[in-house]
Amino acid sequence: MNYNWNWGIFFQPNPMGTGTYLDMLLSGLVLTLKTGALAWVIALITGSIVGVMRTLPSKGANWFGFAYVEFFRNMPLLVQLFLWFFVLPELLPKSAGTWLKQLPNAPFWTAAIGVGFFMSARVAVQLQAGIGSLPRGQKMAATALGLTTFQGYRYVLMPMAFRIILPPLTSEFLNTIKNTAVAITIGLLELTGQARSMQEFSFQVFEAFTAATILYLLVNAVVVTAMRFLERWVAIPGYITGK
Amino acid sequence: MFGNLDFDVIRRALPYLFYEGMTFTLTLTGLAALGGLVFGTALALMRLSGFKILGRIAGVYVDFMRSLPLVLVIFWFYFLVPYIGQWVTGASRPISVGAFASSLITFIMFEAAYFSEIMRAGIQSISRGQPAAANALGLTYAQTMRYVVLPQAFRNMLPVLITQTIVLFQDTSLVYVLSITDFLGAASKVAQRDGRLVEMYLFAAVVYFTISCIASFGVRRLQARIAIIR
Repeated sequence: MNYNWNWGIFFQPNPMGTGTYLDMLLSGLVLTLKTGALAWVIALITGSIVGVMRTLPSKGANWFGFAYVEFFRNMPLLVQLFLWFFVLPELLPKSAGTWLKQLPNAPFWTAAIGVGFFMSARVAVQLQAGIGSLPRGQKMAATALGLTTFQGYRYVLMPMAFRIILPPLTSEFLNTIKNTAVAITIGLLELTGQARSMQEFSFQVFEAFTAATILYLLVNAVVVTAMRFLERWVAIPGYITGK
Repeated sequence: MFGNLDFDVIRRALPYLFYEGMTFTLTLTGLAALGGLVFGTALALMRLSGFKILGRIAGVYVDFMRSLPLVLVIFWFYFLVPYIGQWVTGASRPISVGAFASSLITFIMFEAAYFSEIMRAGIQSISRGQPAAANALGLTYAQTMRYVVLPQAFRNMLPVLITQTIVLFQDTSLVYVLSITDFLGAASKVAQRDGRLVEMYLFAAVVYFTISCIASFGVRRLQARIAIIR
């Protein structure tokens, strides 16, 4: 292979004047984590609401949950980001649209919201499955105790369902972090974006992508390990994973 | 709010969008699903083969691919494939690989990791008695897999495999980062040429949505039809 390896490149100053190339990649990593975290908060909150709606004894709520999930699941994430970034400001009233376009950090907010809503459909499906996997008696017992529907979900169904779906939620969280890389298309300089610009500035393709790969693997390992601890900590006694 | 939109731009771009763009997207999806399935089944068989090293290699490959964002993998292969080509053919310089070949290789290698997990679950869902019976009939390992285990595993997992293919269909839009003219790439090129981002992106969204919706509806019908009654 006639490729000029230069692993020292990471310690050379980058042309942006923000330190070395390594600093550039690390700032990308920080942005990936920030975007992923905000997107995950959005996904968890909206996903939980929609997931619960799909299990409520109301036709309207079921239908809304179904339509919501189908809407966000049947479009590529990239197209959704374009809709949020290019289309939404044009369809809003003029003043609101201009305000949106002039927002500082627009790619960051767009990416967090776009990825967040995209993932919320997946969270909703998982939560619906989790609630559905509970024995029918749980809901009935909650009603028999005199709990309202809200209280029944808040104190009986949700605490159980969330613990049951913790393993699939872990992989959805990892997917959220990975999906932020798509935001490179709207100009967000997250980890993949920084690796790409490092490659363009320095021509050291494989060093840049190797570093990004290692950083993604590290993030993965940390999240998986942390979630294993969380799973053990909240395990339900009496279930296979429980104490 | 739709007042100053010009939806005629879509009609004028239709031939380009579908003959160029959608053909690329669908060909890429079909071939990548096929290749991914073949490689994925091979990976699944490696993992379940009982040979520790083979299983380890397949496991590491699958975990590795699944922890990277697809965009990064697309970039990796885009730059790596010419060097691999040079190494394989013994050429003196990195060979140039077309956009289609490069993205096809990327998606086959990437999807193989996901298809292998599906096929592994499918193979594991076959009861132990089946390979045992095949063994008793004097079938070799290859025959057991070919005639007994894999057909059933494939059938059981068909809905999941198609669902994964729908995801793949949506993911092929990410070749946008290499400025390839797939469906979204074509829409985006027209959008930028005519300054009609809103119309073109809305139209692209509607097309992706319709195709995926019809396909997932079909999966649900299929699931009800082919379920094996036990």
